Amino acid sequence: MSTAVVEKKKRELKDYEKKWTLWGRIKDNKASYLFLLPYYVLFVMFTIVPVIISVYYSFTYYNILEAPQFIGWDNYLNLFLHDDVFILAIQNTFIFAIITGPLGYLAAFVFAWFINELPPKIRAIMILIFYAPTISGQVYMVWSIMFSGDSYGWINGVLMNWGITNTAIQWTTDTKYMMFVCIVVALWSSLGAGFLSHVAGLQGIDKELYEAGYVDGISNRWQELWYITLPSMKPQLLFAAVMSITSSFGAADIMTAMCGFPSTDYAVHTIVNHLQDYGDVRFEMGYASAIAVLLFAVCLGLNRLIQNLLKKVGT
Amino acid sequence: MARKAKEPKIKEEKVTKIGGKFVHRRKPNRSVGGDVAIIVMLIVVGIFMLLPFVYAISNSVKPMDELFAFPPRFFARNPTLDNFSDLFIIMSESWVPFSRYIFNTAFITACGTLGHLLLASMAAFALAKHEFPGKNFLFTAVIWALMFPATVTYIPNYLILSGLGWLDTYLALIVPAFASTMGLFLMKQFMEGLPTALCESARIDGANEFRVYWSIAMPNVKPAWLTLIIFSFQSLWNTTGGVYVFSEQLKTLPYALNQILAGGVARQGAGSAVAVFIMIVPIVMFMLTESNVVETMASSGIK
Repeated sequence: MSTAVVEKKKRELKDYEKKWTLWGRIKDNKASYLFLLPYYVLFVMFTIVPVIISVYYSFTYYNILEAPQFIGWDNYLNLFLHDDVFILAIQNTFIFAIITGPLGYLAAFVFAWFINELPPKIRAIMILIFYAPTISGQVYMVWSIMFSGDSYGWINGVLMNWGITNTAIQWTTDTKYMMFVCIVVALWSSLGAGFLSHVAGLQGIDKELYEAGYVDGISNRWQELWYITLPSMKPQLLFAAVMSITSSFGAADIMTAMCGFPSTDYAVHTIVNHLQDYGDVRFEMGYASAIAVLLFAVCLGLNRLIQNLLKKVGT
Repeated sequence: MARKAKEPKIKEEKVTKIGGKFVHRRKPNRSVGGDVAIIVMLIVVGIFMLLPFVYAISNSVKPMDELFAFPPRFFARNPTLDNFSDLFIIMSESWVPFSRYIFNTAFITACGTLGHLLLASMAAFALAKHEFPGKNFLFTAVIWALMFPATVTYIPNYLILSGLGWLDTYLALIVPAFASTMGLFLMKQFMEGLPTALCESARIDGANEFRVYWSIAMPNVKPAWLTLIIFSFQSLWNTTGGVYVFSEQLKTLPYALNQILAGGVARQGAGSAVAVFIMIVPIVMFMLTESNVVETMASSGIK
């Protein structure tokens, strides 16, 4: 009799542990963790650990050959006080990101919105046309042929033929035009995943909401956009914003492909270019890590800011 | 599936039968002027988007004398396939055979995509369909990782890969791709929409968790894994190998494109031929899976 009671108590205790203590719940969900294990081992190894290592190295002098030496905030101080090229890189990155980020985001949304009004067959073709630059990746290299500075460049050829200019414009080496060229190419290639997300978000909106809107007196497409469409697709707007911030602050390959590396007078030198300069060329890993950490902080900060802004849409 | 059911309803609304004829009923709140402006704008921007593709294709079939013509022509006059055959003939003598670049890119893309598909969908399944401590934390970590460019971590990654002895091997490009964040994110969001009852009934029938994942969940999230394949394919197909791989025999197709175009105007024909080759594969893949990708992206939102 008493053993039965003890047994019962034990079972209850076990159930209690299983349900309410952390360790019990972890043990109970072994299968789930097994599913997660392979992915998260690699995720930790190639994303989490690298971020932590970067933060650590950013406080050291490290040239790969010798062990890292702790030097406190020196890398950061040097970046802001003694590195004119870095200040230039910040300026370039912000100019580039402020134009391509919001403009690219807006363009992605506006075109998705327009395309959404088309009949399904044409819509599918238009989505393909607008998304092709993103999916074909390195093909932006073709722009470097089109913008070629000699008279073989097609754009120069057209401009000279029309008499707009009579000398070939050095698109990719004249500091006046370099940023413009990079922005054009970036806008062309960066509608991206955000665009698809917008397209999908628009198609997923409940059509009855619009019917209800007409009844409630919404009278043009702009009101419809602000009061129905945008609030209904907030999650997609946010996803697209995240994609857009990440790609515009991570830009560097386009600059290298269009204007060479380093570019003339550092006219399109971005933060990531600077990071590559110190990481790949000069092997000052500590300094490069400080740049990486700053970029990381800026991106996360901006993402938080945008998330808060987007919460206000449609109110 | 619920989404698909809505499709015919929308069509009915748009086309109305008036006097025996099918008439396209205009949506309320739409002015004709606005519609015309939108169509004109879409055409202009569409041409801008297509321009480099058409230019690349046209350049790739131009004979040498037309590449040097002034003023440069947009379209080729006497199209030829010499540039494509040159790639294989000339480049097989001078550098690593061109076919090696193709093999490298194809191999890296295939392995990386398959591994990513398997690992990410397994993790996504647990995150979407199981309840366990730390679930939100683990998923939030992935969302945060979407928020900064991958370049941020490339120096420590280099050191880690060098510590593993993977530098200058295929592994350096393939294994890190397994854990790319976008695929996991999309997969998890999409699997959330999978009815829990479906998994539950399989469990009652005695299926173990792996069977539930493999035979119940995966076949029902086809759009999500097609999308994951597209995104993973796109990023791996375009990888230049960067600083992780330095032997010429292991370099990829986009790297070859960079090298060829660096050769100046004389190489434009060959360069464009490579560009055409590089772009055609992912574009065709996207064309075939477009509706699935759009369906997946509908659940892509961050709440």
